[in-house]
Parts: sequence; C-alpha cells; structure tokens
Amino acid sequence: MQTVDLSAEDVRALNGRLHALPADTNERAWRVVNPRGAHAVAVGLTQPLDIVVEGHVGYYCAGMNEAASVVVRGHCGWGVAENMMSGTVRVTGNASQSAGASGHGGLLVIEGDAGHRCGISMKGIDIVVGGSIGAFSAFMAQAGNLVVCGDAGENLGDSLYEADIYVRGAVTSLGADCVEKEMTVADREKVAALLARAGIAADAAGFRRYGSARQLYNFHVDHADSY
Amino acid sequence: MTIDPRNARPSAAFPPNVIAEIQRAADQGIYEIRGLGTKRRLPSFDDLLLLGASISRYPLEGYREKCDTDVVLGTRFAAKPLELKIPVTIAGMSFGSLSAAAKESIGRACTAVGTSSTTGDGGMTEEERRASKLLVYQVLPSRYGLNPRDLRRADAIEVVIGQGAKPGGGGMLLGQKISPRVAKMRTLPEGIDQRSACRHPDWTGPDDLTIKIQELREITDWQKPIYVKVGASRPFFDTQLAVKAGADVIVVDGMQGGTGATQDVFIEHVGIPTLPALRQAVDALVDLDMHRKVQLIISGGIRSGADVAKALAMGADAVSIGSAALMALGCNRPVHVADYEALGTAPGHCHHCHTGRCPVGVTTQDPVLEKRLDPEQGARWLRNYLSVMTLEAQTIARACGKTHVLNLEPEDLVATTIEAAAMAGVPLAGTNWVPGRDLR
Ligand code: SF4
Repeated sequence: MQTVDLSAEDVRALNGRLHALPADTNERAWRVVNPRGAHAVAVGLTQPLDIVVEGHVGYYCAGMNEAASVVVRGHCGWGVAENMMSGTVRVTGNASQSAGASGHGGLLVIEGDAGHRCGISMKGIDIVVGGSIGAFSAFMAQAGNLVVCGDAGENLGDSLYEADIYVRGAVTSLGADCVEKEMTVADREKVAALLARAGIAADAAGFRRYGSARQLYNFHVDHADSY
Repeated sequence: MTIDPRNARPSAAFPPNVIAEIQRAADQGIYEIRGLGTKRRLPSFDDLLLLGASISRYPLEGYREKCDTDVVLGTRFAAKPLELKIPVTIAGMSFGSLSAAAKESIGRACTAVGTSSTTGDGGMTEEERRASKLLVYQVLPSRYGLNPRDLRRADAIEVVIGQGAKPGGGGMLLGQKISPRVAKMRTLPEGIDQRSACRHPDWTGPDDLTIKIQELREITDWQKPIYVKVGASRPFFDTQLAVKAGADVIVVDGMQGGTGATQDVFIEHVGIPTLPALRQAVDALVDLDMHRKVQLIISGGIRSGADVAKALAMGADAVSIGSAALMALGCNRPVHVADYEALGTAPGHCHHCHTGRCPVGVTTQDPVLEKRLDPEQGARWLRNYLSVMTLEAQTIARACGKTHVLNLEPEDLVATTIEAAAMAGVPLAGTNWVPGRDLR
C-alpha cells in the first residue's frame, strides 16, 4: 500500500505518480491522506487501481475515471466522477452538485445525499444514491441509470433522453418531458442488482420509475410551451 | 392593367423578404433554422486598409527576402505548445454536421500545410485523428463522445464556452443528420432533433472554470495547451476572465462565424462583429500585460490573406476559418444545380447545411451525397486555398516591410469608415482620428 500525504505533496505529484504507473504495476493499492478539500484528486486514471481518500475533497475527484476504484471517506465538492468511463467511485459522505455529470460508464455510489444536477447529461453511467438528490437531477440525461433511495428535488429528469431514473421517496416535481413509467419486473431486477453492487440495503420493490415521454425529441410548434 | 409606380413603393419596414418570412412563420409555426453565418452587412476587415512602405519605411523584396509565417500557440503553461507553420487554423466543426469525407479532407490539408484542425460537438473520429497531425479537441457543454483517451491523444484542448453564430446557445443537429453512426457517437436516439446544452454540466462562472482547467491539465499531465473559446459578446471581460482562469490560448469567434444549424434570429441578432471583438480582446490582453504571452485566435468571416494580415496587424496571433474552408471544399459551387433547387435555393445562396442534403457532399450524412466529395480532391482544394491565403498575407507583410507576419501592427492600418475606425481602434484614413479612443 502506497500512502500519499497531500499536506506534504501536492495534487500534481499525486496524479503524476498515479499516471506514471506501468500497466503491469503491483502498486495497485493507494491511500491518500489529508486531502483538505483539494480539487482534481485522482483524476484521469486508466488502470484498475484501488484508491482510498481519507477525508473531504474539492471539485472533480476521480474525474474521467477509467477502470480504477476510488473511495472517498468523506464529502465531495462539485462534479465527483465527472465524465467517468468505467470503474467504481464511492463517496461515503455527501456529494455536491453535478455528481457523475456526463458519465459514460462505471458505477458511482454516493452513500449520503447528492446536491443539484446529480447525473446531469449522464451518458451510460450507473449512479446509486443512498440519500436524496437535489433539483434538476438527470437534466438532459441520455443513458444509464440513476437510483435514489431518498427523495428527489424539483424538475427531476428535465429534457431527458433514454436514461432511467428510479426513486424510492418523494419527487418534488418532474421536469419537462419526464413522466412516471411502469415499474416492470425487469426494472425491479435491475434496481436490485444495482443496489447489491452498490452495497446499499434497500428493497427494490419500493422504487418508482421515471423516464422520457419523448415528446420533445422533434420540434413541433404545439410543444412550444415546453421549450 | 399597368402598375402605377406610385402605388408600388417598397416599404423599408416590410420589404418582400420580411413579408415572406412572416408568412413562412405563419405557415410552418417554427422559427427558421439554417446554416452558415450572418448575411447582414457589418463593419469588417473590408473596411480596413494597410499602409504599404513609403519613404519612412522600406519594403521587402517579394520571393527573395523571407517573411516568416510560423506561430507557436500555448506557450504559457503547456509543456508541448502547438507549432504551426501558418497563422491560419481550421475551426471546430463536428463530424455529424460535416461528412466524414469533409473532416478527412480538412485533416489532410492541415497536415500538408502544417496547421491544426479541430474536432466538434460529437467527439473525435478515427479518420480525423489519422488524417490530422495537429488536432485540437473540443470540450463542449454537450460532452458528446468526450473521453479521456481522446483528450490525451489530442494535441490541444479547447474548452468551448460559445461560438460567434450563437453566443449563449447550444449545438443543434436536426434529425436528418442523426445517422446511426452519429447517434452512437453522441449516445442519442437516431433521427431526433438534437438540441445540445448551452451550459457546461459541471461548472458555472469563472472560478469554476479555473478549477475545470486545472482538472483538464491534471488529466493530461500539463502537456497540452488549453484554449478557451468564446462567442463574441463581451470579449474584453471574457478574455480577461479566461486568462485569469489559466487559459493558454483564447479563441474569440465574431458574429460572422458560421454554424451547422441555428435559429436565423440567433445568427443575425446576437453577438458583435469580428472587428470590434478582436480589438476588445487585444485590449484585454494588453491591459493584463499578457499580449503575445497568452495567444489570441480570431475567427468569424475570415476569407482571404488580406483578412489574415489585418487580423494579425490588429493583434491576433492566428486566425481560424470555418465557412471559408467549407467553400474551398465546394460549398456553394455551381454544380448539381438541380439539387440546390430541390432545397429551394441556388449556388451562391445556399445555407442549407441543417437539412443534411448538401448538394456537394460537405455537410451531409447521406452516403450518396457524401460520395460527391473525394477526400483527396477536397484536401488538395483546401491546401491550395490555405497556401494562397498565406502567400497573400506574406505579400502584404512584405509590402509593409515585415520579416514576419506577426510583425504587422495597428500602425499599419487605417479605416475607410468611421464605424470601422471606432471598432478597430485605428485612424480614419487620411486623418489622425480614432473615433471613441478616449471613451474606451
Ligand atoms: S452547399 Fe452544402 S455546405 Fe454549403 S451551404 Fe449548402 S448545404 Fe451547407
């Protein structure tokens, strides 16, 4: 296990060391201590490393992650796991805005709450939130799954495409072109599998499903009040 | 019955084209969407002239005394700045909006003349990476196809805040052009009218942008130049904020800049012309003592070596072309005239890129139409055009006594109209008067 102390080294040194690892490295386990809200911690990883960050981080932790497993034992600033491609990112605390923004793949687990715009522009990522999410979550979400064990704020799924949203608690309001859809057996199985992968104990039967009404996919003057 | 000319007076407020647009809107119930840039007359580089050498300055011999054209972009922070042989680059245009053949033509031409091309809203294709020695990778609000592998194999990164045809607007690609390949690259259903986001999903404002740039630098290990591109509306402030956020290069796109598809009302009524945008961006850099330290690329309606020379004289480090490059590839060429007519237009007037039915194969995803552009021929045309622009700029620079095109300076310029003089910040020809100088 390698330990990097961010009170002694800076983020550039950390990321530089992680990026320089050869593909067949044995140094796969890393511990990052004293992050003290630093931005861009463990970004752009390309290998199946196991990174544990002990403490709170700033913006874009694990941004564009590929293959690596990153665990943040603390809270995250904006855009945790933004544009993630694969691998797993877990936040044991809360995540601020735009968690998992435009993620293309992989699994993002937020054990606490997530702020506004969770899953905005998501493109295939799976996001599981143990708590609640803020307003405008899954805005223009294109693909992937957003599973929320708590509540969802205003305008959930506004202008979304083909992503699936599952919420167990209350939804303050749905955004333009987002509607409740039938929760099928396949949906329940999918949610159960995602909860199991996320290690969050919740009953998949209690979730409701939301998706696109597909009314805004093509321009039409009669939809002008939604534009 | 003859028409009495007194009863056939045209209306300034309601000329025939305005009446036709009102009736089109009434008929179709949707605003006009179209391609290319503004068609209105604006103060432009045409309203500037260069002062050739005279008794007080001596010129260089054409074809004998060297006038260099190389430019280095991204010298501020990036370990690997872009070294261009000519000061003309190709602006971001997506595969999707453009055909694969057009993208390949551009890449090959740029490689041949030693300049860069740019990806667009839809990601990087293998063809364009292969064809382009120097490729700038755009990070756009939509994030379609954005991935760290392409980020790392790009030669520079351009964070796009906006574009001149539509500052404040997101991308648009109508269903006709969302082919299976385009849909897959963008993770979208086929055939939908794609309206991309106009704001980035994970940052808002200059302080966030600083952190976003830091992240992109970390991911690419501080190797690549990072550009910030803005559509011209408040270029003075945008340039200063982008410098503060850590950009290596600022790209300012004036309102004459083109688009693949945008509302006509946006193209014609939002943003400011390239001429004042360039001056304000240069003022901003000079004000920060960052002129030539952070490089400036100007785009929007650049057509010739004269435009290039004037832009450099005003203080740009390089220019970028989009529409003009497409025209070199055959856009609006008078061939396949019946196909222009089928779109309701004619060669020389076409702005129908949004339809996907481009008669010359440049802005289409239709396999039959696309075959009309042979990438080898297209590359040759564009290469010739870029070379001609460079030769023209050199001709002017030599006449002004410069051994490098970047030695052109505002003192080499005058304006032929009061408007252009005020916007460009150069004297009205034959006077020492720079209108508005004390007001800036
Ligand atoms: S000829 Fe093709 S590229 Fe040119 S304006 Fe028409 S559709 Fe667009």
